Amino acid sequence: MEYVIEMLNITKEFGNFRANDNITLQLAKGEIHALLGENGAGKSTLMNVLFGLYQPEEGEIRVNGKKVNISNPNVANDLGIGMVHQHFMLVENLTVTENIILGSEPKKMGVVNIKDAAKKVAEISKLYGLNVDPYAKIEDISVGMQQRVEILKTLYRGANILIFDEPTASLTPQEIQELIGIMKKLITEGKSIILITHKLQEIMDVSDRVTVIRKGQGIGTVVTSETNPEELATLMVGRQVTFKTEKGPANPKEEVLHVEDLVVTDNRGIEKVKGLNLSVRRGEIVGLAGIDGNGQTELIEAIAGLRKVKSGKITINSKDITGKKPRQITESGLGHIPQDRHKHGLVLDFSVGYNSALQEYYHEPYSKNGIMDYGIISEKAKSIIEEYDVRTQGEHELARALSGGNQQKLIIGREVSRDPDFLIAALPTRGLDVGAIEFIHKRLIEQRDNGKAVFLISFELDEVMNVSDRIAVIHDGQIVDTVIPSETTEQELGLLMAGHSTKETSMKEGVDRDVK
Amino acid sequence: MSNRVVNLLVPIISIILGLLVGAIVMLFSGYDPVSGYIALWNGIFGDSYAIGETIRQISPYILAGLAVAFAFRSGLFNIGVEGQLMVGWFTAVYVGAAFELPMIIHLPITLLAAALAGALWGLVPGILKATLKVHEVIVTIMMNYVALHVVNALIKTVSGGSYKTDKIQPTASLRSDFLSNLTDYSTLHYGIFVALAMVAVMWFLLEKTKTGFELKAVGFNENASQYAGMNVKKNIILSMVISGAFAGLAGAMEGLGTFGSMTTQGGFTGIGFDGIAVALLGANTPLGVIFGASLFGSLKYGANNMPNAANIPLEIVSIVVALIIFFVASGYIIRVGLQRLNKKKEAK
Repeated sequence: MEYVIEMLNITKEFGNFRANDNITLQLAKGEIHALLGENGAGKSTLMNVLFGLYQPEEGEIRVNGKKVNISNPNVANDLGIGMVHQHFMLVENLTVTENIILGSEPKKMGVVNIKDAAKKVAEISKLYGLNVDPYAKIEDISVGMQQRVEILKTLYRGANILIFDEPTASLTPQEIQELIGIMKKLITEGKSIILITHKLQEIMDVSDRVTVIRKGQGIGTVVTSETNPEELATLMVGRQVTFKTEKGPANPKEEVLHVEDLVVTDNRGIEKVKGLNLSVRRGEIVGLAGIDGNGQTELIEAIAGLRKVKSGKITINSKDITGKKPRQITESGLGHIPQDRHKHGLVLDFSVGYNSALQEYYHEPYSKNGIMDYGIISEKAKSIIEEYDVRTQGEHELARALSGGNQQKLIIGREVSRDPDFLIAALPTRGLDVGAIEFIHKRLIEQRDNGKAVFLISFELDEVMNVSDRIAVIHDGQIVDTVIPSETTEQELGLLMAGHSTKETSMKEGVDRDVK
Repeated sequence: MSNRVVNLLVPIISIILGLLVGAIVMLFSGYDPVSGYIALWNGIFGDSYAIGETIRQISPYILAGLAVAFAFRSGLFNIGVEGQLMVGWFTAVYVGAAFELPMIIHLPITLLAAALAGALWGLVPGILKATLKVHEVIVTIMMNYVALHVVNALIKTVSGGSYKTDKIQPTASLRSDFLSNLTDYSTLHYGIFVALAMVAVMWFLLEKTKTGFELKAVGFNENASQYAGMNVKKNIILSMVISGAFAGLAGAMEGLGTFGSMTTQGGFTGIGFDGIAVALLGANTPLGVIFGASLFGSLKYGANNMPNAANIPLEIVSIVVALIIFFVASGYIIRVGLQRLNKKKEAK
């Protein structure tokens, strides 16, 4: 096989820590090569080595068979290697063309020649079916479009090898499909692609071969058509992973959360929750399914006391908590894994230890007569780190330094260890790899089995289907229906989420049948 | 080079660089940098009198630096230390002069009154920030002007139209014959101990107490603090109040220690504004503030000797002092430079 890129036996160390340990990756011409690994397995480090941001301690890199020394990103650019970053590096209030030429502006007598550049951008865009308007401002175009601008940028600079770093993380399902189309188009035009991801389905859909790394070590390369998601997951995590979450039947008891005719507005004063009714009982997991923006955020924030309730009533364990302060609600038995872990869940510049005490610091034994006991807080942090498998250098490390999955495990550890009667888990697995997702689902089910009420909010249908005992479907600020996972399909859920009631769907099916 | 060596080298190189550039400025202006720096050195450390005066100058800088640093640690930028210091100064002098009490009661009450006055001046921007989200920088700047003119008016009122208040009672004075005798009759007073005690207070508050935990959390992330059930508004107000109290005490240093009275002010004292630089030089930590205040206090006082002993005009002296401080503040540049140097060595 002809390889455009060969990274042979790469080892990269940071102090005593081996981020990459003898990893080999060979990219054939015209292939989409997936690089698979858990959060923090060393994928980004390896790509930063290829891109010239890090120098490896051992190993060599060959481009088109020739040994090269990529000492900085400019060298990588000259070799035709381009990176499409996960977090876009675009200037919001400049146009597409201005962003693309930024740093290497074509000049005509000392004046930037935008016209010719825009023409070239339009040509490339047309060639690869990107459909980008060269004169559009970045702030006016969608996230999916912005990603295409990033792709255009690498192509404009003559990249033949494109590295995509977790490209689907912030895209809608529709945009993901379009991206896959673009990637395939790029291949037919003779480009080669390295795709960094931990989403197995994407790999199965789009890649030709997969290189798996685990805890910094190269596990091997497999041909995608000869493998399956289960095998890939096992290779990645190093043990068998169950996709179908195992759980016994639910044993629901008395009601813990009761929401009645709740109305909540967003920051602009527009009603987002419109007379919503909901009930969650001990010993069951209720999933909230819905398309983003249908009132989920406002509902959770209202329950947690972070947002004002306009009208209606919320009770936990029959105690009215409507309009109460967050701490009073927490003390009434609420545990809350918030939707945005950086905004609400953690103080990123606090240590892991401080964060582990965020909900309980104010009472004994964590503080006494106004004086903190950081010794006891450290002990608590250590036990959460141990029990919830938070990978960190210790309780004194800043929360900011943890990977997303480990930040999430820290929050879950903090909330679950308080043993709350009612647990809200809002998007608890967003951005996490299969190993971490499995772990978190197990913990939620464990809480249920201990007789607690769990309320799971998720945009992933299979998560809602797998984990919940009942599914409440939210649309336009109201619960339009409640269904049992075993008695429904993703299609039916999808229709409900889009605002069709079950009556309508069954009627429609009836009509279809009649027509046939 | 290990990290520890770099940490030690950075401030030393910074000061040397500042001195060098300062020397160039003096040379170009036609003055002798060697005699200039000898005069500066003597002005700071030359004899026990100079040392006493230098330490006396450092005390208000420590407190002003603490005031800025404390607010900063809870995410607030207190530019109003200047005004809080002035009302603290006036209040200290007024309470110190108006009552006759035994020292053991009078001095603490006077200090407390100064702290309360500064706290009150911090309370206003605190409340406005917490309830109406008015930016504290704007309010504190404006409160500085209010303080300047209110204090001047009050001085005239209490002195019956004069430009100067009465002298304080000896029972409210921080003056110390012992310290004064020790340093060849300098004006060194007990204020330095008050300042150092407040360094300990700030450290204890931030690092040991529940309040400190909350203040820091609110400073880093208001949303997460609210989620954790903290009263964000209360903490914002409290932070400004404590910050203002430190600033008020800085004013008491001048009122009860250095001057023993207050004259109407033509403009700001500058100590409060220098406090911002002191806090930033000290990375907003209590111990760092001592370092920053020592640098500021020494240079400010020592530089007074340069016009007399080396015939260098005050304007040039100000430039030289500013340059030294500038280079210390830009320690980051030197740190990066050192790391580059290191890398090159390793590559070879």
